[in-house]
Amino acid sequence: MAATMIQGERRRQRPINWRAVLRSTLITLMMLLFAFLFLLPFFNMVFTSLKTTAQMMQPGAPVWPAMPGVFEYNGKELELYRVPMPDGSVQDLAIVQKGRQQSTFIDPDNPEAGEIEWSGSWRALERPWQWHPAWSNYREAWEKIDFPILFRNTLGIALIGLLGTVVSSTLVAYGFARFRFPGRSLLFTILISTIFLPAAVTIVPTYAFFVTIGWVGSWLPLTVPHFFSNAYNVFLMRQYMMTIPREIDEAAMMDGANPFRILTAVILPQCVSVMLAVALFHLVFAWNDYFGPLIYLSTRFDLQPIAVALPRFNNLYGSNPPLIQAASLMAMALPVLIFFFAQRVFIQGVVVTGVEK
Amino acid sequence: MAAVTETTTQPRAQTKRGRSKVLARREAMWGYLFISPFIVGILGFTLIPTVATLVMSFTNFTLSGAPTSFIGVTNYQRLFRDSQIWSSLLVTVRFAAIALPVGLILPLGLALMLNSKSLRAKSLFRTLFYFPYIVPFVAAIFVWGALLNAETGWINQFLRWVGVANPPNWLNSVVWIYPALVILGLWGIGNAMLIFLASLQGVPTELYNAAEIDGAGWWQSMWNVTLPMISPVIFYNLTLSIVGLFQYFTVPLVLNQGTGAPGGTTMFYNLYLYKVFFTYQNMAYGATMAWLLFVIILVVTLVLFRTSRYWVYYAAENR
Repeated sequence: MAATMIQGERRRQRPINWRAVLRSTLITLMMLLFAFLFLLPFFNMVFTSLKTTAQMMQPGAPVWPAMPGVFEYNGKELELYRVPMPDGSVQDLAIVQKGRQQSTFIDPDNPEAGEIEWSGSWRALERPWQWHPAWSNYREAWEKIDFPILFRNTLGIALIGLLGTVVSSTLVAYGFARFRFPGRSLLFTILISTIFLPAAVTIVPTYAFFVTIGWVGSWLPLTVPHFFSNAYNVFLMRQYMMTIPREIDEAAMMDGANPFRILTAVILPQCVSVMLAVALFHLVFAWNDYFGPLIYLSTRFDLQPIAVALPRFNNLYGSNPPLIQAASLMAMALPVLIFFFAQRVFIQGVVVTGVEK
Repeated sequence: MAAVTETTTQPRAQTKRGRSKVLARREAMWGYLFISPFIVGILGFTLIPTVATLVMSFTNFTLSGAPTSFIGVTNYQRLFRDSQIWSSLLVTVRFAAIALPVGLILPLGLALMLNSKSLRAKSLFRTLFYFPYIVPFVAAIFVWGALLNAETGWINQFLRWVGVANPPNWLNSVVWIYPALVILGLWGIGNAMLIFLASLQGVPTELYNAAEIDGAGWWQSMWNVTLPMISPVIFYNLTLSIVGLFQYFTVPLVLNQGTGAPGGTTMFYNLYLYKVFFTYQNMAYGATMAWLLFVIILVVTLVLFRTSRYWVYYAAENR
């Protein structure tokens, strides 16, 4: 009924479909709830990282970072208490003089009103909580985990591997995208099938090999293999290169340019976005990789990236959750920042490698 | 694409056969040159190590420096007598029985909702559900671990608040540990969700229109249009999940230092493998275990590919 009336009133405009509006409001609200629940751990982490250990121990303490309330009065910090007043109300008052049977308070909202005498034991009173983030947790975690060194190691391993995988995947993708040679489709199938190959089947001899040639305890096992391309990256770049029209490189070939020249002058300038995607994927992979650094750098704490150092830190300071959560936040800060600045690149890349295969 | 260019070069090939042969050889040479990093990589980091794993499994090779010799099938005899092998395989299968359906249905459900015409702010939600995938899993373990804490965790506080008298001691209970591990992995669903979403967006709208004209309801068009059309992507995600689940072990390794606690329920096959080759440095037995894992995964994948012709719909075949 209501819908037809409105339709009549606004004949010129498009009619509003109230059922559709209701449905989209409901679905959007439901997704909002899901997203909130999904990201709840994140809030928990941020809150925990800003709490004091005292608050962690205190039963009944609020979920947000807080400290028992204080009030600055005449250059002194006075403790706040929840005081039941004679008229039946409860007021947050600052204690000036503590006494066994009688204490003196002042009202922080109205200090000019003077001191208030109150009969009863102040020890039985509860204290109100005040919003008070303990930012010093971050400095403490930063120093204890030696974050600058970890950051250097993580970034170093990531950037060397990034260089390797971008260069090698570009070359291999170019080879598969632009040249005909016997066995090309078979080789490409082999490349793609490595996505499904369990890593466990190669790890034992690979580890033994790296031990034998003395690479264990250095960054080499974590970086050098990336100079030999990777199935996901090659696939992503090949798909992209196949969409670049061949006319330009054929024209360049007529002018006598060799394939290397065509790659650098014609193909690469058009591949900047896909190379960026490969670079960012590798950066996040290397940042989050745990197993590689665990087995190759287990004895070299000074060379370890943050993913391996974090569990070690957890074993040392397990009794101090705020420090652990602050360190975890520091560990995830860079990949998350990069993602938010370049989310389109990420999402495109996942879609191409996941669906087109 | 390649086929088209081949047919266009055909006439030229007939008139100047000799010269075009030289050109083809030169082109092939450049091709091999460009893919040479891949050739070297696949030999050095995949094929040779895979064969080496097999060879090692017939030796008594360790890293202690003791002389190595071939010992026949001794490692395989030990494998079949080792009760840890079978219990750890059972642990892996048990966990997979919960994690696999959750890991497929949850991302698919989210993708369906994200694809709904009625949803507003789609790209915002897509970002929000994908972004935890970027978070290092070690950090995610500490975050979710705090949430799952039996006393102070928000999950149990919520359960007590709604009236559950004895909420589970998630990470220390032999019953609740697998659901807890699944919860710990929730932040990893973003990738599968994006892939499902993209494939849902690729389903031609004409099909839905046709189904609607035929009088199909939401369920019917879901069952007869959506699922068949995205079945290749379901198959891809299913295969990758199974391969991944058989190798699952880093989460329990970080969570309780690989002790298998509580009560051996987190002693996954790959965790045992890791301990054998890395902690005990028994390369030969580790290689034997790795080879068994490889065979199991290969068999499961092949069976999956065999069944795929009955339920995976490939549009290209019908063209």
